Amino acid sequence: MTIVKTTIGRRSFLKASALAGGGMILGFNWLMSACSKPEDVLALPKEWFELNGFLKIGDNGVVTIMSPNPEIGQNVKTSMPMIVAEELDVDWKRVIVEQAPLNTDIFTRQLAGGSQSIRQGWTSLRTAGATARQMLREAAAASWQVPVDEITTEAGMLYHKSSNKSAGFGEMASAAASVEIPKEVTLKDAKDFKIIGTPRTNVDGQKIVTGQPLFGLDYKKEGMLVAMIAHAPAFGLKLKSMDGAEAKSMPGIKDVFTIKAYEDDYARQWSDVSAFPELVVVVGNTTWEVMKARKALKLEWEPFGDHNESFSTFSGGSEDKKVPGGLENSNKHTQLMASLAAKKGRVVRKDGDPDAVFKKAAKVIERSYTAPFLAHNTMEPMNFFADVTADKAVLVGPTQTPEFMEKSVSARLGLPLEKIDIQMTRMGGGFGRRLYGHFLVEAAVISQKMQAPVKLIYSREDDMTFGTYRPAYHAMYRAALDENNNLIAFHVRAGGIPESPLFANRFPAGSVTNYLAEEWSQESNITVGAFRAPRSNFIAGAEQAFLDEVAETAGKDPIDFRLELLARAKSDPVGEKNDYEPDRYAGVLELVKEKSNWGQETPGVYRGVSAYFCHNSYVAHVVDLVMENGKPRVEKVHCAVDCGIVVNPIAATNLIEGGSVDGIGHSMFSNLTFTDGVPDQSNFDKYRLIRHREAPKSIDVHFVQNDIDPTGLGEPPFPPVVGALANALYKSNGKRFYSQPFIKDIETSSLRM
Amino acid sequence: MAAINITVNGKKQALDIDPTTPVLWVLRDHLDLVGTKFGCGMAMCGACTVHIDGVATRSCVLPVSEVADKAITTIEGLSEKGDHPVQKAWLEHDVPQCGYCQAGQVMNAASLLKDNPNPTDEEIETAMSGNICRCGTYVRIKAAIKTAANSSNQ
Repeated sequence: MTIVKTTIGRRSFLKASALAGGGMILGFNWLMSACSKPEDVLALPKEWFELNGFLKIGDNGVVTIMSPNPEIGQNVKTSMPMIVAEELDVDWKRVIVEQAPLNTDIFTRQLAGGSQSIRQGWTSLRTAGATARQMLREAAAASWQVPVDEITTEAGMLYHKSSNKSAGFGEMASAAASVEIPKEVTLKDAKDFKIIGTPRTNVDGQKIVTGQPLFGLDYKKEGMLVAMIAHAPAFGLKLKSMDGAEAKSMPGIKDVFTIKAYEDDYARQWSDVSAFPELVVVVGNTTWEVMKARKALKLEWEPFGDHNESFSTFSGGSEDKKVPGGLENSNKHTQLMASLAAKKGRVVRKDGDPDAVFKKAAKVIERSYTAPFLAHNTMEPMNFFADVTADKAVLVGPTQTPEFMEKSVSARLGLPLEKIDIQMTRMGGGFGRRLYGHFLVEAAVISQKMQAPVKLIYSREDDMTFGTYRPAYHAMYRAALDENNNLIAFHVRAGGIPESPLFANRFPAGSVTNYLAEEWSQESNITVGAFRAPRSNFIAGAEQAFLDEVAETAGKDPIDFRLELLARAKSDPVGEKNDYEPDRYAGVLELVKEKSNWGQETPGVYRGVSAYFCHNSYVAHVVDLVMENGKPRVEKVHCAVDCGIVVNPIAATNLIEGGSVDGIGHSMFSNLTFTDGVPDQSNFDKYRLIRHREAPKSIDVHFVQNDIDPTGLGEPPFPPVVGALANALYKSNGKRFYSQPFIKDIETSSLRM
Repeated sequence: MAAINITVNGKKQALDIDPTTPVLWVLRDHLDLVGTKFGCGMAMCGACTVHIDGVATRSCVLPVSEVADKAITTIEGLSEKGDHPVQKAWLEHDVPQCGYCQAGQVMNAASLLKDNPNPTDEEIETAMSGNICRCGTYVRIKAAIKTAANSSNQ
């Protein structure tokens, strides 16, 4: 039993009820319960009673629960309301879920990033449900003239067992709404959970499979115009001249002009990354007319020189970024990274005396790993609706950072924050791309200029060539073994363009007496940003492939070797800043070992293992490869996860399956390269994303059962599977894979593939 | 501009439209049927899949002039009550994550099962490989197609 202080006020949030802009997406089905099955259609209450900002109860007992965070496919719109419903003690079939408006006075951290929605929302969501439940109990106690402690609840009902009285939540909702908000409430014990830990299908499932409007791109308003942009074709170029006369004369075109989404003197936030602040805009009646007219633009571009851009950071500090002029090339990046990796980097952590130990080691292994830039490629391209008038701005669409972007729009339009209304739609993927919201500012500026509601749409080419990419990375590892094959020193030197992927205090830091971690970085004018499991999405695969090779050199089983290191980190940790728990790390390895029958050889099946910690969670993978028509194919992925309490197992499993496919897909196939600043891939004809026949045939997911408060899940399943895949590939043909995407080496390999 | 008559989900529509307009944008911009999604604009991702005379077709590169007098079925018209065996199987397996590609996946799967009521795993993989799911729900898509096949064959 946990008692928590409540911080919930009664302040109403309904002024900005979801998507009140009168748009088509208003097709929110009030009659559909959270279960989304036709037989669960609910009758509308005559009156709603709001007990706190998170929920309201109808006079017939139907409960509306607000989903506070942006939904990018990580299931928060189902899982977060489940947590409220649990503590409220309501029947999930009587719950309607509604996307909450942006209001961080009520809903803290309305952001989709860092796999933190459930972890950081856990207590506030539970408290919201428990507070309402307590108010209902007090209302019932007053009505029945009995002590409140004797009132119990179950599935939306209130009971006073000794006097045989009962009432539905709906009957007591009116009285409860005027009960004083309790100063503290009791939260349930995990063993008493009835909703948390049970599979609940997606609250938007029915709408998704019947094509109902849900996404930003689906939003419409009467009189709405369509806008598209043209940006410089290469990183390192800016607009020199624009002739839009022909485009403007084409059918359905309203205007052609240039905008500056970010003025030169604007102090950008971290979420304002944009390589192309100056854009050419075509506005017209319909998408196709605008697409055609855009081809008739006559545009000239010119190089820009070195300059600085200053940004405020996520944590509130500020940083200056040097943006070098010039047109960059991927082949030169590769050479540059190799030469930088040969020099000493900035020392981030040092334990013991690694230099001396490497000199006297019995064996030293050194390997280097690389990975290219990646584009996020959300299936729904960047877009946003904006309706800006003299005194307010309504914006509707897909953003992972509505609170940050509200500030950017406010600053750019010169309207106070309270006049900016950003409404969140379900997103066709996020993966970090929509943490950066330049397209939202662009839409607002275009609408302001047109004095009309406008939907800005990016084509796939716009989306892929105007990115906030995953950086290009390089990691050099060295390990020293003594004559008994003990790991006595470990060295990582990691860097990237333009950011380093290093996490100096993660495993194997803490498990090796002599340890050195260095990093370096190289400036670039190619814009980058967070990409599902930032930095980890590369460094995990590199580190776990290297450890596999070290274990092999030491003549040890790769799981036993890792467990041996984790045992050392537990019993006699080196250093004090190790940011993982060795027990939980070992736990997922032991679980995946058991569930995959590790050690049992099957002819024709090639196995690799890997484990990693990030976003507060632990994941281990075993990948089983087979050869099909001379090509490697993942037959099965075994995955063990410790993310604490699993809120919604069916969705959590789906997310882990998807993260595993995502990690395999990107490390195997995806590659964004540049020639003279121009991305060589701009659509799915050249940019490879994993497809059905390349995906694992089956994925088994296993959770470590515990009562630890839930931790991240959107990102942790991605990083380790890259290492497991690399290690399985090695088993399949005796060749190590150091360079992503692995498909390049597979296709050129003269070995048995 | 040209006068073109098309039939969408059983309903006749008289359009006065640029005949090069892809069916995708006719559906989304002119007929307010936004279930069919824009993903790539070059028939490489399958998000825009509809049925033309019962055959799964990418609508993003298909000019409206080529579908005059043909029957177009979109995700909104796949079933009257959203209870096509494929839609039901998708819900049973809780397939969607972000959900954006799923209308195209469902339309492609429905077409596959119409032509081949008992597809093997390999046939499913081949038939579904033109539809990208960026969230990686492929394992569930395959399971849902098998469930739909079984329910249709009973």
